Amino acid sequence: MMLEIDRLTLKAGEFLLKGFSLSIDEGECVALMGPSGCGKTTVMEAVCGLRAEGVLSGLISLGGEEITHLPPGARRIGLVPQDVALFPTLTVRAQLEFGPKLHCWDRDEMKSRVEGLASDLGLSDLMERLPKGLSGGEARRVALGRALSLRPRLLCLDEALTGLDEARHDEVLQLIREMIEREKVTALHVTHSRKEAEAISDRIVEMS
Amino acid sequence: MRDVNEAGKSPRPWRVKPELPFVLFLTFVLVAYVGMLLLMVGANVLTVTWVDLGRILKDDDILRSIKLTVVTCTATAILSVLVAVPLAYLLSRYQFRGRAFIDTLLDIPILLPPLIVGLSLLILFNRMSPATCCWMMAGGLLLASLIGFVLRGKGGGRALVPGALIVFAGMFGIGAVMMKGSGSLEEVSSGMGFPMTFHPLGIVLAQFPVAAAFAVRTMRTTFDQISPRYEEVAMTLGCHRGQAFSRVVLPLAGKGMVAAGTMAWARALGEFGPVLIFAGATKGRTEVLATSVFLEINIGNLPGAAAISLLMIVLAVATLLLVRFFVGRGGAI
Repeated sequence: MMLEIDRLTLKAGEFLLKGFSLSIDEGECVALMGPSGCGKTTVMEAVCGLRAEGVLSGLISLGGEEITHLPPGARRIGLVPQDVALFPTLTVRAQLEFGPKLHCWDRDEMKSRVEGLASDLGLSDLMERLPKGLSGGEARRVALGRALSLRPRLLCLDEALTGLDEARHDEVLQLIREMIEREKVTALHVTHSRKEAEAISDRIVEMS
Repeated sequence: MRDVNEAGKSPRPWRVKPELPFVLFLTFVLVAYVGMLLLMVGANVLTVTWVDLGRILKDDDILRSIKLTVVTCTATAILSVLVAVPLAYLLSRYQFRGRAFIDTLLDIPILLPPLIVGLSLLILFNRMSPATCCWMMAGGLLLASLIGFVLRGKGGGRALVPGALIVFAGMFGIGAVMMKGSGSLEEVSSGMGFPMTFHPLGIVLAQFPVAAAFAVRTMRTTFDQISPRYEEVAMTLGCHRGQAFSRVVLPLAGKGMVAAGTMAWARALGEFGPVLIFAGATKGRTEVLATSVFLEINIGNLPGAAAISLLMIVLAVATLLLVRFFVGRGGAI
C-alpha cells in the first residue's frame, strides 16, 4: 500500500470532515470525486501536509511510513494545484530546478533530471521563459514537471485541467497519463469531471 | 406631432439621463475637494517669488535642512520597511487569537495626535530607565502569554506563540535586573554614543512610529494580494516557512516594499509635531523642512515659509507619483 488514510477527521475553517479513509496501491492512480465543498481538496492538502493543524484525528501513511504530522517538504509528495501557482519571478528552468536545488542535488544529476523532464513534457524550447509568457497548457506542463522533479512517492493533482480549452485539455490529459506511467508514480487526482477521472485513473473514489 | 403613450400622457418635453444628478453630485465633490487642494498650492505659489526661491535655495541653514530631511526620511523609510515586512507577513499569513487586537494596535500611531507621539517619546527617554522599560515589557508579555494560554485552553490552539512570549518576557526580566540603576534611557543611549533627545537621531525616532504604521498597512495589502498557494507549493518542494518566504514571497513583494518605503518616506517628510517636541528645531542641527517652515513663520517670513512649503509639495507629489507608479501596476507583483 503506498498511501493509506485511516479515519481522518479534519477541520478547515467551518468545514469538518469526519472519519475519511482511503487506500491507494503503489503505482495506482486514484481519482477523488465528489460535489463541490465535500472536502476533496482539503483531503489532498492534508495528505500534502498543508493542513497539519486541521487534522484532529486519524492517520496518514505513505509507503508504510506515518506522515500525519511530517512537514510538507519531508513527505516527498508532488503537488499540481488548481491554479498552477508557478512562481512568477522564476523561469521555466528555475521552476524545474527549484526542488532539486533545495535538496542540494548533484549538479549533473539535477541537469539530467531537468533536461529529461523538459524533453518528456515538451518544454525544451520554453526553458528561459517566465510564467507570464506561457499558455495555459504550457503552464500545466511546467507545474507537472516541477511536481515530478524530486521523483515524488505520490503525485497530487488538484483539478489540474480546469480552465483549459478542449484541445489543450485532451492534450494535457494524455500527457499526465503518460507521465504517470513513465515515472511509475502513485497518483491522487482530485476532479469533478468524470470524463477526466476515467481517462486518467485506475479507480474512482466518490466522496459524498 | 407629439407622441402619445399608451396611458394617453405626453412624454416629458426634455429628458434627463437618470444618472445625471448623481454624476453631477460626484463631480461637485471632486471639484470641491481637488479645487481646495489646488487653491492651497496655488496660494503658496502666488506668495513665492523667484527671488524668495533663490534666497531659500542659497541659504546654508535651509540647504542643511534639506540634506537632513532627505537623510532622516530615507533612514526612517528603510527602518519602517524592515519592521513592516515581517509584521505584515505575520498578520497576513498567520491566524492567531488577538490578531485583530494587534492589527488595531498597529494603527494607533496613525490615529494619535502627532504631538502625543512626540511627548510620549520625550517622557519615555527622559523619565524611564531601561530597567523600568524591561520590567514593563516583561509584565506585558507575561500578561499576553497568560491570555494566550487561557484562550488556547478554550480553543485548543497551539502553545507556540504564548510560549515564545514567556521566553521574551524572561529575557526582558533578566535585562531589567542587569540594567538596574542605570539612569534614564536617554542617559544610557547617550553613553553608548547615540543621543536621541534634541539630536538628529531623535528625528528618525520621532518620524518612525507613524511612517512604520503606514508601511505596515502597505505591506499587509501586498502580502494579502500574493496567493499563499505559492508558499504551499514551495513547501511541498522542500522549503520550510522561512525559505518559502525568502525565496518565493519576498521577490514577489519587491514592488510592494518600494511602495511601502515611498509611503513611509512621504509620511516622514510631513512629520512635524513629534519632531518638534522630541528632536527640537535647532537651526542647522535638528531643523528639517517641516520645522524650517515653522521657524520661518516664527520670524514673520511668510514668503520664505511658502517657498519651503512649495519645495515640500514637490517632494511629496513626486513621492506619491512613484507610489502610484508601483502600486498602480499590480502592487504585489
